[in-house]
Amino acid sequence: MKIIVCIKQVPDTAGGVKFKPDGTLDRAAMLAIMNPDDKAGLEAALRIKDETGAEVTVLTMGLPKAADVLREAIAMGADKGVLLTDRKLGGADTWATSSTIAAGIRKLGDYDLIITGRQAIDGDTAQVGPQIAEHLGIPVISYAQAIKVNEAEKTVEVERQFDDRYHVLKAKMPCLITALSELNPPRYMTPAGIWDAVDAEITTYNRDDLTTLKDEDCGLAGSPTKIAKASDKVRKGAGTLFKDIDADAGAAVICEELVKRHYI
Amino acid sequence: MDFTLDKKHEMARSLFREFAQNEVKPLAQEIDEEERFPRETFDKLAKYGFMGITAPREYGGQGCDELTYVLCLEEIAKVCGTTAVALSAHTSLCIDPIMTFGTEEQKKKYIPKLAKGEWLGAFGLTEPGAGTDAQGQQTKAVLDGDEWVLNGSKCFITNGKEADVYIIIAVTGTIEKRGRTQKEISAFIVEKGTPGFTFGTKEKKMGIRGSATYELIFQDCRIPKENLLGAKGKGFGIAMHTLDGGRIGIATQALGLAEGALDLTVAYTKERKQFGRSIAQFQNTQFQLANLKTKCDAAQLLVYKAACAKDAAGFSPASTYSVEAAEAKLFAAEAAMDVTTKCVQLHGGYGYIREYDVERMMRDAKITEIYEGTAEVMRMVISANLLK
Amino acid sequence: MSLEDYKGVFIYAQQVDNHIDNIAFELLGKAKDLAKPLNTQVTAVLIGYQVGGLTDELAEYGADRVIVVDDPELKDYRTEPYAHALASVIEEYKPEIMLVGATAIGRDLGPTVSARVHTGLTADCTSLDIGDFPLQAKPGQEQKHNQLLMTRPAFGGNTIATIACPDNRPQMSTVRPGVMEKITPVKGAKAEVINYNPGFTPNDRYVTIEKVVKKVSETVDIQKAKILVSGGRGVGSPENFQILRDLANVLGGEVSCSRAVVDNGWAPKDLQVGQTGKTVRPNIYFAIGISGAIQHVAGMEESDLIIAINKDESAPIFDVADIGIVGDLNKIVPKLTADIKAELAKKA
Repeated sequence: MKIIVCIKQVPDTAGGVKFKPDGTLDRAAMLAIMNPDDKAGLEAALRIKDETGAEVTVLTMGLPKAADVLREAIAMGADKGVLLTDRKLGGADTWATSSTIAAGIRKLGDYDLIITGRQAIDGDTAQVGPQIAEHLGIPVISYAQAIKVNEAEKTVEVERQFDDRYHVLKAKMPCLITALSELNPPRYMTPAGIWDAVDAEITTYNRDDLTTLKDEDCGLAGSPTKIAKASDKVRKGAGTLFKDIDADAGAAVICEELVKRHYI
Repeated sequence: MDFTLDKKHEMARSLFREFAQNEVKPLAQEIDEEERFPRETFDKLAKYGFMGITAPREYGGQGCDELTYVLCLEEIAKVCGTTAVALSAHTSLCIDPIMTFGTEEQKKKYIPKLAKGEWLGAFGLTEPGAGTDAQGQQTKAVLDGDEWVLNGSKCFITNGKEADVYIIIAVTGTIEKRGRTQKEISAFIVEKGTPGFTFGTKEKKMGIRGSATYELIFQDCRIPKENLLGAKGKGFGIAMHTLDGGRIGIATQALGLAEGALDLTVAYTKERKQFGRSIAQFQNTQFQLANLKTKCDAAQLLVYKAACAKDAAGFSPASTYSVEAAEAKLFAAEAAMDVTTKCVQLHGGYGYIREYDVERMMRDAKITEIYEGTAEVMRMVISANLLK
Repeated sequence: MSLEDYKGVFIYAQQVDNHIDNIAFELLGKAKDLAKPLNTQVTAVLIGYQVGGLTDELAEYGADRVIVVDDPELKDYRTEPYAHALASVIEEYKPEIMLVGATAIGRDLGPTVSARVHTGLTADCTSLDIGDFPLQAKPGQEQKHNQLLMTRPAFGGNTIATIACPDNRPQMSTVRPGVMEKITPVKGAKAEVINYNPGFTPNDRYVTIEKVVKKVSETVDIQKAKILVSGGRGVGSPENFQILRDLANVLGGEVSCSRAVVDNGWAPKDLQVGQTGKTVRPNIYFAIGISGAIQHVAGMEESDLIIAINKDESAPIFDVADIGIVGDLNKIVPKLTADIKAELAKKA
């Protein structure tokens, strides 16, 4: 069985977001990492591989340096990496991104399962996964919290999370699943995996390799949404910090504030 | 000459750093306090191949180089000296001599299980009367039919009782050398559970308190003849060669301790305010930090150089990196003691409190000047090579 | 056909178990605002099985018209039949604006439908306006009027972008729950009701629901709470949440938590505040033993008063807190509960 996992390289916000002196976001100062939900999706795929011997291909779209996350995925146990990169693909919104990735997947040929992360920590849209499925005309199950593959039946059974319930859904393969980062704690790379990954050949497709992709469906021009204005949010300033006070005094400070504001 | 890490080592470092931060650091204080071996950490180290980084892939290892292994130890030692020394003893003092001196059968039998972490390794040379003077060995091995019979004891053995496989140095007779009678020393592989092989007291230590340090006792302990490691009578050379590699591991442990303490201290001096300013704004602090950072970096260069020298040698019985290893260990161990002590000082009263990691790091650092060859022995090795 | 042929502001009226979700009323409130400058009407799209009885409620909250797609295939939410229903309505009735709640359902339905009808979708919006695109006229570029300007946070709430969809219709957005205001319901209001069924033929894209498992927890809606006492990893154990519950009880508030707590299995997911949990804006938000990762802060920083207790004075939560106390929560929280009790007793 063949699994394709779509991953994205994103700036790491876990260690706090860095700002330039002028208050704008300092992307260069933040480490580029594999998006956490995508890593959980990769882990789900690798567990299926552990069980069934499935072949796991990781695919990303981005600048050439996005190959780093493909190598990381290979060091964790993925078999192959595919990079979609071209200036002509830049500036894409979720529509154009999903069209492009769908074209990349068509180019790769047959697959049984596509796994994406639910959402990326930079864009937070959670749109690209379902839209890829739509472009490929396959079923999508988003917000997956457990995945079980039945190879003989060519079906997957997935726990799909909602606010107050979950559904156990069964879908015919091929299908697309978007994974929650709560799904599986991802494994680490191994040292041998790293050595192999650095030497591994990454398949690179540029615009012209994606023969099923139309010009009007990719890049900035193929993006229906346009940015009217972007600004770094003005953050609320810090209030008063009390340290070197004991617990009683700390509690009193809070209590006084609640009284002052008439909450009690 | 390029002093930057290549892509493989850069990625490996980020892996080890993430692992150390997530899996090792949270336990460091607890295992020190409870003097408990971190078994759960070793299960994880095993799972990800960290217990066989240098072992070849055909023996179940990762097939990476010494520098990769050193990067792993360094990142772990930054957060926990105990975990680093246990991994160092396993790799440098057990896997390494079997790979270097073992027969094909021995390698096939022991390396895969050690490299995959199913077994933990240890090394026994020191005896109550034989520390720096390794010729003072009393433990004896006598061939009786198809078995060697061991009698005697070893002390201060890292990974004692926890380990499954022990490299044991013992006296197998006497030889005449330049008209003098000397002990003939050989090396053996002894498995835990062999009748006659028991453990004595567990040592209570100043530092690396989670590391299991035991006395090993052999009373008519019979091991198969084929467990002789290397040729009979070559044990002293095997021990010294093994320690050359082990010293790179200890130098790395020392380096990591120094760097870990410095990282914490840099953060602390930025936060800690006295006289209305962070103490990092005082020039005394700045100059101290500059000195400590320079020491750490110098130690790192010596350690990486020694690792590269060992890589060049591979698993060869020829000792070609003794001096590099001795220099790295001498400098890194003394740097670790100096850096951690000054880091405690920069923390002021908090540095003396167990809740702060630098307190533990200073206690952990001291042993690096002592075990696997004291600083004085390192000076002997280095000067002997200069004056030969 | 031209963009001008698309008319009206549509909202997806999410229902689960034949109960209309609060988000539908919030969307109606916003849709009414947007419909005014466009001089158009508000249509709710109601999709489900045997949901015809819910139309009046939508009318009371501001729907001028309700399009009902009712079919046995639509009993429980599944991506395919629901996407087919909504996409068919869009193709048939051609809305200018289509709003969907950014719920666990809407964030699945929205992207699928937008891809199917080939339009843009802006996720998780916190503000919607009608205006010009580009905002300022630029030489050589046509400035379009009466565009939907969709504002959304990204990057864990660190940046804000305003997005338009000038050349495709409908202009689609998912809207974050708890942000838009619903109107006071107009009792007895009626809407024009249209029943529309595009036909449903199951194919491979229809998944089967094997089981529906409702979480049997006395779920509280933390988005409705005026006072939230939120705990993080620093609370230490699920048992220790009792001291937080005690504090919440004296204040009449609810307990919520950070993602670390959910990941550790100490609390159910529906109590989680943050980017991957719920966005809350209570009057008082206590962050107790929460370091304040950016993903968490994004879900609570709009709270009126933020009080943080953490032993680590460098915790980023203190950057957004109005009052920060560095100290041991195990001592401070019980003391605070006692102080508040004493204060209340004094007043009683």
